[in-house]
Amino acid sequence: MPFNLLVFASVAYVVMLFCVAFLAERRAARGAVKWLRSPLVYTLSLSVYCTAWTFYGAVGYAARSGLEYMTIYLGPTVVFVGWWWVLRKLVRIGRQYRVTSIADLISSRFGKSNLLGVIVTLMCVTASTPYIALQLQSVTLSFGVFASATADGWAKPDGNVTSLWVTIGLAIFTILFGTRNLDANEQHTGIVTAIAVEAVVKLVALIAVGIFVIWGLASGPADILARIDASPMAEWHMKPSRWTGLIFLSAAAVICLPRMFQVLVVENSDERHLATASWAFPLYVMLMSLFVIPIAVVGLELMPEGSNPDLFVLTLPLSQGQGGLAMLAFLGGFSSATSMVIVASIALATMVSNHIAMPLWLSLRPAKPVAGDVRRLMLLSRRLSILAILGLGFAYYQSSGGAEALASIGLISFVGVAQILPAMLGGVFWRGATRTGAIWGLCLGFAIWAYTLFLPSFGADGVLSEQILAQGPLGLGWLRPQALFGVAGMDPLIHALFWSIALNAFTFCVGSLLTFPGPVERFQGAAFVNVFEVDSGNAHGWASHGRAEAEDLLVMAQRILGDEEALAFFEAEARAQGRAGYLPDPTSGFIDLLERRLAGSVGAATAHAMISQIAGRAIVSVEDLMAVANEAAQIKEYSSKLEEQREEMTRTARQLRDANDKLTTLSVQKDAFLSQISHELRTPMTSIRAFSEILTEGDLPGELVTKYGHVIHDETKRLTRLLDDLLDLSVLESGTVQLNLDLSNLRGMIDRAMAAACHTRPEREFIIHRDLPTEEIFLRTDSDRLTQVFINLISNARKYCDATNPELRIAVRQKGGRVTVDFIDNGSGIPKDKQALIFEKFARLTDQTKAGGAGLGLAICREVMANLGGTISYLPGQWGGAFRVTVPLRLEVAQK
Amino acid sequence: MGEVMNKPLYVAPQSYRQRRLRDAARLLPILAVFLIILPMLWGEAGSDLRSSGQDAIYLFVVWLCVIIAAAVLARRLTPGDTPADEDKG
Repeated sequence: MPFNLLVFASVAYVVMLFCVAFLAERRAARGAVKWLRSPLVYTLSLSVYCTAWTFYGAVGYAARSGLEYMTIYLGPTVVFVGWWWVLRKLVRIGRQYRVTSIADLISSRFGKSNLLGVIVTLMCVTASTPYIALQLQSVTLSFGVFASATADGWAKPDGNVTSLWVTIGLAIFTILFGTRNLDANEQHTGIVTAIAVEAVVKLVALIAVGIFVIWGLASGPADILARIDASPMAEWHMKPSRWTGLIFLSAAAVICLPRMFQVLVVENSDERHLATASWAFPLYVMLMSLFVIPIAVVGLELMPEGSNPDLFVLTLPLSQGQGGLAMLAFLGGFSSATSMVIVASIALATMVSNHIAMPLWLSLRPAKPVAGDVRRLMLLSRRLSILAILGLGFAYYQSSGGAEALASIGLISFVGVAQILPAMLGGVFWRGATRTGAIWGLCLGFAIWAYTLFLPSFGADGVLSEQILAQGPLGLGWLRPQALFGVAGMDPLIHALFWSIALNAFTFCVGSLLTFPGPVERFQGAAFVNVFEVDSGNAHGWASHGRAEAEDLLVMAQRILGDEEALAFFEAEARAQGRAGYLPDPTSGFIDLLERRLAGSVGAATAHAMISQIAGRAIVSVEDLMAVANEAAQIKEYSSKLEEQREEMTRTARQLRDANDKLTTLSVQKDAFLSQISHELRTPMTSIRAFSEILTEGDLPGELVTKYGHVIHDETKRLTRLLDDLLDLSVLESGTVQLNLDLSNLRGMIDRAMAAACHTRPEREFIIHRDLPTEEIFLRTDSDRLTQVFINLISNARKYCDATNPELRIAVRQKGGRVTVDFIDNGSGIPKDKQALIFEKFARLTDQTKAGGAGLGLAICREVMANLGGTISYLPGQWGGAFRVTVPLRLEVAQK
Repeated sequence: MGEVMNKPLYVAPQSYRQRRLRDAARLLPILAVFLIILPMLWGEAGSDLRSSGQDAIYLFVVWLCVIIAAAVLARRLTPGDTPADEDKG
């Protein structure tokens, strides 16, 4: 096949990719991303895992080590099938916190620490550079295969020239489509689509070669099985350590490789795509590995002795005269190489620019965080980073030169990035993981990797001298790079993997246990670990009294997001806060949101640092948090105080209302009392006035004068009695009455009362029932007052008992410290509805004249009893009028 | 966590199935690892030589079964919901 046709095909292929990417970007710009962002495209984009190393190398690997090549695909299968464990959480975190790279994930999980970002970035760059070199080498080698096979005078092209042109082409492509947008979360639709197309090309190419081998060269699967048994590959060495170790390694790599993280997490547009990828990606890699053994077996059989099995995919069809198929295979390998280089350089450039270039610039020009065009600067720094990374890969390829030195670099690179695994998983699942622990673990793991695997890979006397390799540094045998701590029996790769991961994880855990995380770290830790719990986004570190000015923030956001977008964001936020215009209040919630938005462009650590410069607080200190907490506690306390006060107010208001009601009632009562008393006073006064007028006219017979004089005298006595009663009542009511306490016999008091009361309606014969022995009780009380009550009650009975043969029963009972005296007559008693009234002033049930009193008697009785520490009440249900008087046996003065 | 205490101890059959599906999704990789590692125990004692053809057929069959199982689970699982209380039955 003519070499220029090959070059033409490659160029045409690249142009096609350009077109695909360009059209995809255009469609995305018009919003028609539905098909471009389907689960299928997502799954296919994950195929950047299958690089040229796996495309070509798997066959060579199978030819050399049998089925061991499958481990490289089985590890990712386990991880994807187990997506519910890790991937789901990673993708959720990546989307929720707008993670831009794996370095950004680690750095923002551990308190937005830029140091960690730098460490992870450096590790990734170190581990990936040889890998990029490997891709350049494979493309150059595949070119070489075609060149050497031609007989038309085309000399084998200079490998350096080829690789240089490939590098330049890739750089242009990556910069063109990888740095159009600044916001990593806007995602590279064009590139992802192009990668998906490349994924199809490499799968189709490998399957085509496989089908050609199985059905073209052999005669079906059964024949292939027979040929396997007949080939040198019939038996293979199953080394358990390598089998498990490599499965673990590839499983770790598939989530830790920067390019895998880029397509898996950063470019993910919908979490549900992961569910499809969970089975579709394993299916893809299974198909990629299905035809590896047939190709290897048939290649070993048909190809001349000593030909490179790494290139069987190309050389086998070529040797059989299948130029077109070989061309397809070449394009498959070319696709594998280019897609890996493009995605890896974008991922690494994002890291370098966000974690190294930007912080450096910020620290060089700390006074001008809002001045200068950050946006253009960011894009420039990313483009330069892409160039630098590709240049580094090219330089590495140039310096390493030989093919053999690069052959094993794939797995070495895997072990390098696998060092991120402990910090990543620990950070995502363990809240106790701290920044210090992560730094220790990463550094130690990385150092062990470099010492035991990376540096020795340059060969004896490459970087480490042969003497160190054989006897250890300074002759310390237990520090030999490939037999650390005396573990000499292990395969060097597994040895390095074992020691680096084990010590890395151990140091990470111990470091985390021993150190105390900072406040931002704890916030971030909780937010990441509990990402599935609702409203975990509260964990922001901006104190509510930040000094950020909305305008400054806007100016800065414009520099990073672009004028239109920043304005739209600010306007939307202002509207959400209920404000007109473009400037929302710089509340902590808003600043937090803005920070997340900016983190999508420049990474969490840089975004935090930039906002800090404006908001005026570089980090949230424990003191700040304490202050916030105190403030919250104070507010809480204050609100509970308010609550208390409110309750007290309610209580007071109720009391006031009650008091007002009472006053109103009293006022009514007072009015009623005044009108009553005027009435009571007017009646005798009227008769006195009338009779005295008659008397002053003279000319009256003597007996009339005497009679009228008597009437006047009686009325005056009545008035006097009324006034006495009123006076008595007022004294009693005010509680200022003077009590004469002495010890006296109850029976004597009742006797006196009986004697005094018999002047009332003396014409009535009463039968009195008394139980004299029970009355023999000595009371310490004011006997005159008590007797007054008794007299009143007995007189009332005499007055109002309407029975024809009136009877009065006086029953005395002692109960505890109290004595009750019941006065029960056999009259009709008091109607139930009047019972409540009888103790009120001027309450008279019957006609006034009949009673002949002012109606103050029972009211006075009640007041007297109250003063004596007892009670008087009407006793219902006794078939007659009945009153019960209760007095204490001994009245203590305090009881008054 | 305190909030878990306030939730009902048992869930409706539909949620129950969804939870068991999640359990299955978690167990599948463990089963896959077991089946993939199993060939290490094969062969005669003291020798690490294996038949390539047999092992390849076994591994590819296991691989395919795991993929099918994952596809069935993925189709029925809904990743969008937020399972805060996954460890209940």
